[in-house]
This record gives sequence, structure tokens and C-alpha cells, in this order.
Amino acid sequence: MDLDDTPEQAAYRAQVRSWLEEHASEAPILQGPDAIRDEDEIIAARRVWQGKLAEGGLAGLTWPKEYGGQGLGPIEQVIANQEIARAKLPGILDAIGVGMLGPTIIAHGTDEQKSRYLAPLLHGDEVWCQLFSEPAAGSDLAAVQARARLQDDGSWRLSGQKVWTTNAQFAAYGLLLARTDPDVPKHKGLTMFLVPMDAEGVTVRGLRQISGEAEFNEVFFDDVALDAGAVVGGVGNGWGTALTTLMFERVTIGLGSEGMGYNSTRFASALAADEHARRDPEVRHRLGEIAAELLAIRFTGYRTLTALQKGQVPGPESGLAKVTLVSGAIKAGDLIADVLGPDALQEGSEWAYMISFLPGLKSAGGTEEILRNTIGERVLGLPPEPRLDKGIPFSELRSKEGAPA
Amino acid sequence: MNLSLSDEQVFLREAARGALSRFKTLEAAREALDGDEQALPDLWPTACEAGWPGLLIGEEHGGAGLDAFDAMLVLGECGRVIAGVPLLGHLPATAILDAASMAPMLDELATGEKRAAYLPVSPPGDVVTGWTVDPRSGIERPGAPAASGSGESVTVSGTLAFVPDAPGADVLVGVALLGGKPVGVAIEAGAQGVSVEAVERYDATRSLGHVKLENAPATVLDTPEEILAAAWYLAQALIAAESLGSVETALDVSVAYAKERFTFGRAIGSYQAVKHSLTEVLRELENGRSLLYYAGWARHGAPGEFPLAASAARSVAGRALDDAARTMISVHGGIGATWEHDAPLYFRRAQLSRRLLGGTGGASDRVAGELIAQA
Repeated sequence: MDLDDTPEQAAYRAQVRSWLEEHASEAPILQGPDAIRDEDEIIAARRVWQGKLAEGGLAGLTWPKEYGGQGLGPIEQVIANQEIARAKLPGILDAIGVGMLGPTIIAHGTDEQKSRYLAPLLHGDEVWCQLFSEPAAGSDLAAVQARARLQDDGSWRLSGQKVWTTNAQFAAYGLLLARTDPDVPKHKGLTMFLVPMDAEGVTVRGLRQISGEAEFNEVFFDDVALDAGAVVGGVGNGWGTALTTLMFERVTIGLGSEGMGYNSTRFASALAADEHARRDPEVRHRLGEIAAELLAIRFTGYRTLTALQKGQVPGPESGLAKVTLVSGAIKAGDLIADVLGPDALQEGSEWAYMISFLPGLKSAGGTEEILRNTIGERVLGLPPEPRLDKGIPFSELRSKEGAPA
Repeated sequence: MNLSLSDEQVFLREAARGALSRFKTLEAAREALDGDEQALPDLWPTACEAGWPGLLIGEEHGGAGLDAFDAMLVLGECGRVIAGVPLLGHLPATAILDAASMAPMLDELATGEKRAAYLPVSPPGDVVTGWTVDPRSGIERPGAPAASGSGESVTVSGTLAFVPDAPGADVLVGVALLGGKPVGVAIEAGAQGVSVEAVERYDATRSLGHVKLENAPATVLDTPEEILAAAWYLAQALIAAESLGSVETALDVSVAYAKERFTFGRAIGSYQAVKHSLTEVLRELENGRSLLYYAGWARHGAPGEFPLAASAARSVAGRALDDAARTMISVHGGIGATWEHDAPLYFRRAQLSRRLLGGTGGASDRVAGELIAQA
């Protein structure tokens, strides 16, 4: 048991560190007095920086070499992330594209799709977004209703709505899960498409949240034309293709959760600044309980890495770490606001922002309830909840629910 | 980066599980609560045969020269079956002695021919700045025992309540204040001025004693102050590991029952209310496991973080056991609250453990204190 780099890992770390030192001056400045303020300029600058990181081998480094990656493992990915954070430099802009959507295309795409889309994605020339969730299909993702209809000439027409779409406002392409056959059970009638976001009939609208800011979008598709080459992974195979994306999503979240800034040191510092709070038994008790759980996440991450390094599938602890992270941060926000009072809720305060953001994060990537169902069934082996949708064609299911198919 | 068990550690754990499986520890725990004190098996010979007394003693003294994490694996196995093996007292005591240059009895302690008990003294923190001991009752923590005299032989006076594994120990090892400065002391239990009153509280498998020292002759150890403090945190890490072992069993038994017990035509484990409460125990267990790795690594890998790591492990593991024991009872319904079931034994273990060695709440406070002091 040790937490040190192996000689190979140490050499890799040194290599990353020296590359970052050499190129730090080329990175966009996003914090402090000299920071870029204009949203469009920030995005443009971060796209250029992603291209430089890709050239330096620091974007998509777990991608195979033939697609522009480095063919390295998750541990090197973590080392690169750690070094980028240590140097206080921005990471890649399109973490979703590079971490989840690109790997899905690598796994399921045609040769034409790979040669057309992967390089611009990796270099930030074309940003991608993930068009999976819908207003009525989130945790139960296979219930998507966005409908793609096959035309006589082999092309498709797409109508429907997607939601919680990060980066849609500047994305060039999206990977979209649509229903292509409503007359078979719901997991079977799905197909994955790649959709040009500038196509006629695509409308992107910012989705404002509790904080008042729009971190996500809703995206509307009104009879959008897609050519036959837009299908990824075969017609009717959408569910299997989506599972690949979701698997990469778990890995991306598992390796990146430390980077969200919800850590015990930050919360303790906020409370330590108050002379009375730092000695108050109740404050200390609450802080201690929250911090102990948040500390566990770091070592859970190391356990996940150990498993990945050995070629094993990470255990349940990585899924449960998200529950711990979010619930711990929510309790920490409550504690800090209890100590600081209403000023913690002032517009522009880091705590107001965090307090507003967390209730939604609880449902991100699948609600906590669904996560607990999945872990209870897959890990503890508990029997599943009885289901009313098994084997029933999606169209009949919809009419049972009282909605048009 | 490698946070997994070595082959030797897997073997150590499996061997411990095998050795303890030869005893009906749960039945014995229940019979002991019914007043049959002879029912509890003497597990010390088994411990000696397995080499557990010498886990933290150097090989030059006949020990195994292993580290905290190995000891935690053994304690975890004891916790799984609520086995009363007096290691919680013995191991931190041997850690103090092993760090001293001229420690008495070390070779006999390594074989288990003699047994030691640690006198738990909590090191200073950011708010409470003295060395303190657990009170007999209440929340005010008395100061550490006082030593007087000079040189290697001094006399020690003071009282310590609810000392794990003190009854029957040959030597008591802990911290006393000599001229206000903490020093390590070893006191022969049979010496004049030493009294150990055995006490039983709620969980008959847990050996406890009130220790009274009245000018008791003691050997001063040249153990560095950090080691004296680390012994407290080692005890925290060990009780954390032991607690998580109990959580494992409580969860396994509860899950098995949730699969076989049917109501309204389906297994109760299919109901989300039951499933989610069991998943919550799993979440707490996995967090605790991660922190055991942290504590096991930090003792030598990052000694400055050991107080934080061990306290965090205790805080999470203690709460996990509380929750696991209560969940075990509620998942089993009425039967879980009856004398014949094992759930009450785990519940009793949880209730008492929570209040020993500074308490689970004390560990949470220490986590806060360590982080605040660094802020």
C-alpha cells in the first residue's frame, strides 16, 4: 500500500510539469484582474488552449494513438489533471466530448465518422454536447421520446426536446439518443445520431437555475433533417451505444470529483476565520462529521484508480462517492451559512452560488434514488423493484401513462 | 499508487477469520450477558498462536514488525464476530514500548506471554491544550496522571476510567505528566499503588477496567512525544477497524434477510425504503474503508496527517456502526429486537464503542480541530 508514483509515473509527471511550465504563458487568464470577461472570448480562448493541450498530448490521453490520443491509462489522466490544477491553468473546454462522446464514437462509429469528427473534437475546433436527457426521461433514460423517422431516401427527420445540455450554445455537434421504433419495448427502439447543431430546426435556449445563471440548455428539434450517415452504432442499437457513453461518464466523474472544490480544507478555512465558530462545540461537531466523509472521497478515488490500474472494474464505492460528495457539500453549505448568516446568501458570494447549485447536482447523472436502487440491486444483490414496463411496446406504455406516443 | 491489500495482508486477514471461526463468539456473548461469565472463550492463546500480540513489535524483539494497517485487518476480523480479543489495549501499548530504547518485557509481550494495556491519554488539541483522560461520567475531561520523582524510576498518581483490556494485563503503558511535560510510562500491574477494577457495561465481550494509581512505581520510557500522541490515534484507528468489521456482518446478515423475507407478495429488499437504508450502510462502510487506508498509510507515510486520518476513520466508522446496528434491527422487524437474535449483540457493541476512547463525537471534534488548526 503506497500513494507514491512509480518511477514511470514520476517520469510522466515531470514531463507534464515541464510542458505546462513551458506553455503556461499561452493559457487564457480566467481569474484575477487581468481575466477575460466576455463569454464568447472566454470560449474562443479556451478552444485554442484545448488545441495546444492536445498538441502537447494532454487532451484525450487515454484515446488510442491512431485517433490522436496517447494510448495511456487512467492513472496518467489523473496525473495530468493534478499537474494542470497544480499549475493553476485551465483544463480542456470540452471535457464531455473528449471524456465521453469521442470514446463512444471510437467504440461504435464508422470509419468515416472517426476520420471526420475525432480530430476536430480533440483539438477543440468543434465542441460537442450530449443530447440524452429529456423533460420526461432522465433516470429512466430509455423512456426518451425524441422521435427520428426514416424517410424513403434513407435520411431521417428528427423532432423532440432535450434538456440539461451543457455547452449546447456553442457546440458544433451533439450526440443524440432518439426513438426510431415506438412499437417495440422501450430499450429496443432507440438509435444514436450525431446532429449538426447549426442544422435548420435546432433551437438552443439557456436553462436558468436556482442561482439565476444558465449553466445548461434546453434544445428543441423541429423536423430536423439528418442524413443516413448520422446514425452511430446502428439503427435500433441506441441503448447499447448510450451505455458506453454512460460508462465513460462514470469514469470521468470518478476521476474528476476532487476537482469540484467541495473539500474539507476549503470549508474548514471558511469556519476557522470566525473566532467563536472555531471554538464552538456544535460547529466543530458538524464540521468534523462532514469533513471526515469528504476526506474519505479522496481515498475512495485512490481505490478506484488502483482497481483501474489493475484492469479491474471500479467497485460500488465510486458510485456512492457522488452521494457522499453532494450530501457533504450540502451540509457544509448549511453550516457555513448558519455561521455567516444571510451574508452567505448574498448575490455573488461563493457560498450562495454553491448552495444554489447543489440541489440540482443531487440529480445529475441520475437521481440519488436511482443510484441507490442500482447499487442495492447490482452490489448488494437485493431483488429489483417490480417493473410495469418490461416487454411492453413503448407506444402502448405511453398510452397507459395517458400520453400520446 | 497502490491502495490494495498485499498477498500477505490477504493471508493475515483470512487466517484471522479462520482462527476466530473455531469459536462460537456470538453465542458466548449472549450467554455472558445472561450471567455466565465462563461462557466467553479465552481467545488470547489463539491470538498468541497467530502472532497478533507482536504485530507492532520489531523483529529484533520477536515481533512481526508490521504496521497499523495489518493490525487493523486483525481487529476488523474480531469486530466481525464480536470476539473479545484484548488487542485494543495491547497493541497501542506495544507501539509505545517498541519506540523506546530500553523497554521492559518487550520479548514476552511479543509472544503474548505477557499482556499490556494502553492507558488512553488524549493529546492536546487546538481548544483543549492539555493531555486529558476519559471521565468516569460527564463531559469534563480530567488531566493525565501526574508523575513525580526523577530519572528512570518515578511514581505515578491518577485515575483512568473505562480502560480497554486493563483487567488481567501485566503492564500498563501510557502517558504521565512529569513537571508538566508528557513522558511515556510503564507500570507493572501487580505493583503497589496500582488497582484495576474490572467493569462490565452493556457488552460483555468488551473487557474494561477503572485504573487507579497511587504513587505507583513506573519506568520512564524515552519515547518521543509524537509517539505518545500517535498511540491515542492508533487506538482510534483500531477501534474504527473493529467497528467496520461489525458493520460488515450487520450488513451481510441484514441483506440476506431482506432477500428471503417476503411481505405483500415480494421480498422486502425490493422495497426502496429497505433497499436505500441498506445502501446507506454500504456507503458508510465504503467511506470507512477508504479512511482505514488513509490512516494505515499516514502512520508512517505522512505522520503529520495521522491524527486527522485516524480521527476521521473513527468518526465515520463509529457512525457507520451506529447506523448498521439500528438498520439491522429495523430490517429484521420485531425479531431483530429479541434476545435470541444477533442484532442486539451488534447494537450493544455499537452503543458501548461509541462512548469509549474519547467517543465517536470526540473523534469528530478532533477532525474539525486538526483542519481548523491547519487553516
